[in-house]
Amino acid sequence: MSATLKVRNLEASYGAFKVLHGLDFDIAEGSVTTLLGANGAGKTTTLRALCGMIRRSGTIEYEGRSIANMKTEDIVRLGVAHVPEGRGTFTSLTVEENLRLGAMTRSAGDGISGDIDRIFAFFPRLKERASQQAGTLSGGEQQMLAIGRALMLRPKLMLLDEPSFGLAPLIVKEVFAILADIRENMGVSMLLVEQNASLALELADQAYLIETGSIALSGPAAEIRDDESVRASYLGY
Amino acid sequence: METFIQQVLAGIATGGIYACMALAVVMIYQAIHHLNFAQGEMAMFSTFIAWQLLQWGIPYWLAFGLTIVISLIGGYVLERSVFKPIHNAPVLSHIVIFIALFAIFNSLAGFIWDFTIKPFPSPFGNAPLFGGGLIGGHQAGMIIITLVVLLILFAFFRYTRVGLAMRAAAANPESAKLVGIRVGVMTGLGWGMASAVGAVAGILIAPVVFLEPNMMLSILLYGFAGAVLGGLSSPGGAVLGGFTVGVVENLAGTYIPVVGAELKLPIALFLIVAVLVFKPTGLFGQRVVQRV
Repeated sequence: MSATLKVRNLEASYGAFKVLHGLDFDIAEGSVTTLLGANGAGKTTTLRALCGMIRRSGTIEYEGRSIANMKTEDIVRLGVAHVPEGRGTFTSLTVEENLRLGAMTRSAGDGISGDIDRIFAFFPRLKERASQQAGTLSGGEQQMLAIGRALMLRPKLMLLDEPSFGLAPLIVKEVFAILADIRENMGVSMLLVEQNASLALELADQAYLIETGSIALSGPAAEIRDDESVRASYLGY
Repeated sequence: METFIQQVLAGIATGGIYACMALAVVMIYQAIHHLNFAQGEMAMFSTFIAWQLLQWGIPYWLAFGLTIVISLIGGYVLERSVFKPIHNAPVLSHIVIFIALFAIFNSLAGFIWDFTIKPFPSPFGNAPLFGGGLIGGHQAGMIIITLVVLLILFAFFRYTRVGLAMRAAAANPESAKLVGIRVGVMTGLGWGMASAVGAVAGILIAPVVFLEPNMMLSILLYGFAGAVLGGLSSPGGAVLGGFTVGVVENLAGTYIPVVGAELKLPIALFLIVAVLVFKPTGLFGQRVVQRV
């Protein structure tokens, strides 16, 4: 399998404070890769660095072309959808407008309304609230909206930042079932950042463990999941 | 009764101008969260451009359209060249630049076209309509054109993709980038449209207040009052606020003997203070609640 994303020696800093110290990782086409690690390890920073929301250096190759010097808006145009920390909802706009915004980089005719119907079929609860202000949605609904908005791009790669954050366990299950469904049926590659390691490892094919800005460990998700010592020392469950 | 209707209609006519200025102010406020003090001077400058085009013998409506296009481009270029570099700068830097722009546009207009008061033509004439003299031709024209402009803007923001992108860029710039919107371009476009709306207001009010570099000073103040009354976070509210200020100003001038024509302007200031004291978000604004 060829790599959708190839990252070498990725570094990033906030001001003078260096957060990422040369990360190397790959995302195979159509696979789910997860980045695990404690609070402050640099997971969110990695996602932000990948799509140019902060200054970064190193090699970032997406589908064989370098995106290390590209602006966020241009990276999105290549089919990279970022579901950000905090879900990035346009709270003052309606649910449907939020979804339409996801397709902003596609040309106007291009089956956008059809895609909205598909998303609504996928998330019936969003359909019920289509003309409601998105800020009035619950956390779980906003997470679904964020995923729906990302899908509207018809992405080839999705970057997901803690989709389980702040959600009730039942809703978390629902969201992860949806992600599994997307992987099965749409062939979207995913980079999943999670604190909930057991959930993430269940969905993922490949896992990387980040510790204070460098990769401490990597391997197939199943192996890491089954390795008692890794679980005890890194994942704490 | 007839005086009353007359005054209300006249209030709606000038209110439309205030509504345009209020909307221009709110459009920029939404995008960069600062009040553009120079909005009125930009509108005045646009009006001088229209006057110049008319002096060169260009027909009224062509000059009208050209001025709008020039203002649109001018507003865009102004944002990209002056405000883009300082968009992360503190409030004071913005205020200083607004004051500088105010002074520059004002004196530049005086320098190019001098400070003498000039008449400005109206395409509608001033003959009273409907025989009864309830409303003058130019006033009726003002109402119609401002309503058309406001409707076009409403449709643009509500039903077009660019309009949606502009709203998204103003509401949540970071997320907007993540769906591929060029936020900077949208901000520039917002400035362009605001200055185009201001140009319409200037051209329409010029036959009433006459053309000179300080013509928009009080108009902008009424526009601010309208924007504050309606709520700075609500474009629709700002428009309604503008119309309300126009009507209130006119009725107060007519029916409250103390106020008369001389004390009309303080009514705008009084409104601003009253709204800020009793309902700081304005009639239609949303309270910004920050989650921590």
